[in-house]
Amino acid sequence: MRLTCPLCGARDRREFTYQGDAIMLTRPSNDDPTAFSDWLHLRDNPAGRTRDLWYHEAGCCAWLVVERDTVTHAVHSVALVEGEDAD
Amino acid sequence: MTDLIARSPAFGLTPVAYGATTLTEGPWQQLTALMPFAGQTARICTALQDAYGLNFPAPGRLTRAGHTTCVWTGRGQAFLVGSEPVQDLARYAAVTDQSDAWVTLDLTGEQAAEVLARLVPLDLSPRAFGADHAARTLLGHAAIQLHRLENGFRIRGFRSMARTIVHETADAMAAVAARAALD
Repeated sequence: MRLTCPLCGARDRREFTYQGDAIMLTRPSNDDPTAFSDWLHLRDNPAGRTRDLWYHEAGCCAWLVVERDTVTHAVHSVALVEGEDAD
Repeated sequence: MTDLIARSPAFGLTPVAYGATTLTEGPWQQLTALMPFAGQTARICTALQDAYGLNFPAPGRLTRAGHTTCVWTGRGQAFLVGSEPVQDLARYAAVTDQSDAWVTLDLTGEQAAEVLARLVPLDLSPRAFGADHAARTLLGHAAIQLHRLENGFRIRGFRSMARTIVHETADAMAAVAARAALD
């Protein structure tokens, strides 16, 4: 498996660390404890398209959102979570 | 007083030679990590131009001027190699001395790329990885920075991993040399 890092180009799977569903980027407000708990703990396990967070640990050290298909193994997109410039 | 002896990061580990491939410790050079503050990349480019005549490198690239090199080392980070950092840089970037934290190893010889092909998950053909390319990647399990030299590659790894990197590279050099001897 190869992922095309927007900064580094196509790289081998072993350079990356998988984190989990990219829904972690959209944190809900704390007003509704049930919604917050669902966001924190409940995950779908779809056969098909997923949107996940990966860390390019052995490369540029950027967090990436990877859209891929768990059935076909196709990687549809890889995008930086934050801009090209760190701060 | 205890008389302390300064040892280079690869002291006692190099040189290693198999066939026409050689692994030696690179020259000791001042290494400074530059991490531009948000939106300051253009200003750091100007400061680097004024002081050394080079730009802050684009991702996966390095820039050179005289004996100074600026090597991209990650998102929003580059190493200034071979020169003292001028005061001005600290206005636009986090500036950290890294000189003693890294081991620099030079793998040279015609089969250097074949040796690294056994260890590094990158296409290192001249077409894909030229003289102005710089990568952060893996050598076996060790994280490294990599760029080309005239006759090989410069590997920069964490100083604590010096023994591992030399060991892994020497094994691959031996294997490549053994295969060449069969042909």
